[in-house]
Order: sequence, then C-alpha cells, then structure tokens
Amino acid sequence: MAGMNIELADTRPAAPEDILPLMVEGLAFEAGGKQILNRLDFRLEGESQSFIIGPNGAGKSVLLRLCHGLLQPTAGKVVWATTAEAKPSKQQAMVFQRPVLLRRSVRANVEYALIVRGFRGPERRRRVTLALEETGLADLAEQPARVLSSGEQQRLALARVWALHPRVLFLDEPTAHLDPSSTRMVEEIITRIFQSGTKIIMTSHDMGQVQRLADEILFLHGGRLIEQTSVDRFFSQPKTREGKLFVEGNLLW
Amino acid sequence: MSDLALSFHVALELIIGLDADLVEIVLLSLRITLTALLIAVIVGLPLGAVIGVFRFPGRAAVTVLFNALMGLPPVVVGLLVYLLLSRAGPLGDYGILYTPTAMVVAQSILVIPIITALTRQTIADLHVEYQEQLQSLGAGPLRMVPTLLWDGRFSLLTAVLAGFGRASAEVGAVIIVGGNINHATRVMTTTIALETSKGNLALALGLGLVLIGIVVAINGLVLLTRFVAARVEG
Repeated sequence: MAGMNIELADTRPAAPEDILPLMVEGLAFEAGGKQILNRLDFRLEGESQSFIIGPNGAGKSVLLRLCHGLLQPTAGKVVWATTAEAKPSKQQAMVFQRPVLLRRSVRANVEYALIVRGFRGPERRRRVTLALEETGLADLAEQPARVLSSGEQQRLALARVWALHPRVLFLDEPTAHLDPSSTRMVEEIITRIFQSGTKIIMTSHDMGQVQRLADEILFLHGGRLIEQTSVDRFFSQPKTREGKLFVEGNLLW
Repeated sequence: MSDLALSFHVALELIIGLDADLVEIVLLSLRITLTALLIAVIVGLPLGAVIGVFRFPGRAAVTVLFNALMGLPPVVVGLLVYLLLSRAGPLGDYGILYTPTAMVVAQSILVIPIITALTRQTIADLHVEYQEQLQSLGAGPLRMVPTLLWDGRFSLLTAVLAGFGRASAEVGAVIIVGGNINHATRVMTTTIALETSKGNLALALGLGLVLIGIVVAINGLVLLTRFVAARVEG
C-alpha cells in the first residue's frame, strides 16, 4: 500500500504554489434571519488533519461548505494562500454525509469526476483503476453504483475524490450512517489519502474517531469558534468551560 | 351474426391479413408520429433540462407556461398551424398544407410542451439531489444539463412515451392540417373518424384495435422501464 501512495503522490500535476494555509477571516453566515456562524477567525495549516467538532446545530456543516465554496458567506472571507492561477477550487474535493452517486456504474462515477476536471486518456484510466483498487472496489467496478451497500457507497465517494488527488479534502460526517467495520474501512482510506499528501478537514460526532484521526480540533458551539487546539490537549485539558462540558458529554445547549 | 360482430370479424381479418389500406394507414401514422416525437425530443429534452437547472428571471412563469401548454386543445393547434400554412398565411409559400409534413408540424407543437414540462420536472427534482455534489466536483450548470439528462434517462423515457401516446391518439389537429386525403394524409385516428361516419365500421374497428394495441404496448414499455430502472438503480 505504501508503494501505491508514493505512486499517487508522484502523479500530481506539476505542483503549483500551495493553496494552504487557509485563512478564515471574520466569517459569518446567516440564513432565514438566523445567525448560523458568527465571526469566525482561524488558520489551517497544510499538513494536518483538522477536525471540526461541536454539538448539533453548532454550524459545522455550514462551515465546511463555506470553506469549500458551496455557500457564500454573509460577511468575512475564506482566503487560500494562492489565488487565481492556482485555482483553489480545482484542488479541493468534498465527501458528504450521504454521498450522491450518479446512476451509473462504479467505474463511471470515478470517471465522471475526472472528466469534469479535464483528465483524459490513459492518465484518466490509470487514476480510475488505482482509486478503485485503493478503496477495495475493483471487483465492483461494473456494478451500478446505486445498488452498493452504504459502506461501499461511501468508499466509492472516497475513490471518486481520491482519483482527483486534491490538496484539501473536506469530509462532512462521512461515517455517520455506517456500521463499525465500514467505519473502520473509511477511516483507513481517509488516513491513506492524508498520507498521500492531502489536507483533511472533517466533521465528526464520533469522539473515538476524532481521537484516532485528528491532529487538531476546532470546537464550535452556537456558531462561534470556542477553541482551536491540538487533539491531545482538547481531550485532556480543554481551555474552555464549554469544551470541558462537551468532552464530558454534558454540554446540553 | 349481428352488425357489430360482423364488423369485428372483418376488422380482425383486415389486421391478420395485413390489408394493404390498413397497413398503409398504420405506417403513415407511425411515420408522422415518430417524426414529430423525434423533433419534440430534440427540442424538449434540452429545453426542459435547461429550465430545470438554470436560475433565471421568469423561470416560474416559463414553467407555468409549459405546464399549461401540455393541455393545448389539438383542434386549436390545428387551426393555428392551418392559418400559418394556408396560402394566405406567413408560411403559405412552402405549400405544405395537406401534406404529412404539416401533420408533423402540428403534432410536434402538441408534444414539445409535454416532453419539455415532464423533463423540467424530472431534472429539477434530480437537480435538488445532485446540485451540491456536482458543484463540489466542479461541474457548472452547463455541465449539469447532460449529466442530469443521462441520470434521469429512465424517468425521461416515460416522458417520451407519454408524448408518443398523446401524438398517436390525437385527431383534431391532424385532420385540420392534413385534410384526411386518401393515400396521402389519412392516419389511424382521422380514418376512424371518417369511416365511422360513413358506416364502414370494419376498417374503423380494425384501426381502433391497432391503436389500442399500440397504446397498451407503450404502457407495457413504461412498466418495463420502471422495472429495469429499479434493478439498475437500486
């Protein structure tokens, strides 16, 4: 597997300037008169797995979508280290809680993502084959994607983004609907994607998972960033009262 | 044997014996309807998909318009096409009134709104489901149109078959612009209307049976499509 990862890293198109670190400045989002996110400021470095955690309604998913560009902030901005020439939007991908798979074969789903980003010919075929092998879906390549189990569907969603070798991968509770063994496989794949040089920005409600994967924690509560700290520190000695209550499972509102 | 039973018996003989007149009429009907359907598919699928995907001012009004046009009375369409194509009309110089071409034009006008409206509905629903994911992958609205058309293929086939059903069963428009001329513009529905009024029930019944057969076959196809779709899409 390690050999594969090196091969993946080698095939990344001549690396332009890095789009990371990511700077988020005074970010706010309002919907239907409700303040979802309130003036967030933080910086994400390029070489870590950053986990956004917090109770339901904290604004985690909205934050991911704002950073990824699926939503436009009502105030503030998301600033990538390089801009226009490096095309930050082409160096990111996202995996959703419930993946939307095209009504086509497993292989065609991975191909589609590559086609949209302009990959062609042998390079495209190579990436498809590799991504399916890495996610253990090679044998299911010709199956209709929609008949896969939910675990397999999420692995296909990961194969689809892995084939793109994004610099940044957003994941919105990718294992929320999965059984333990599927969760395990998905976590392993995320780790390998990370090891191949992709920045991971992920939300999760599974504190075991957070401790297994995360390097740093962004703790969100009520639309505010309460603290940003290393994972060890957050779980052993959180800086804030809210953080402490959350870790203990006592943060009720 | 009663008149009705006799007519029915002769009708079956016409069908089984592939009566030349009957076959000619059935084939012309299919040719006209399928040509109109092809035109309506070429116009209606992309048009419906674009309305379903793109956000533009007046989108709701366009949607209402096409939904309303689905219910266009065929005789009114026949009248309008007649006015367009008649000697004094703006397109009179082409001399296509009372030809199968005029009938294709009229049927296209009837079927385009059906396929457009049903396509818009299907694609708009799919768009809700796919939008975020496709945008994340980097697909703009223009790229989404063919993507959603392909992913909605089974539902869209139902829309196309609905259009075919409408066109093949329609009589008001084609009788006005076609003129129901023997060996030239007589199709199943217009022949049934004419022969019934003349009292030639056998040919009318024979054509009626063929028409019903076609409609049943179409509905069978719709059902089969759903079955296949369920297998393929899970």
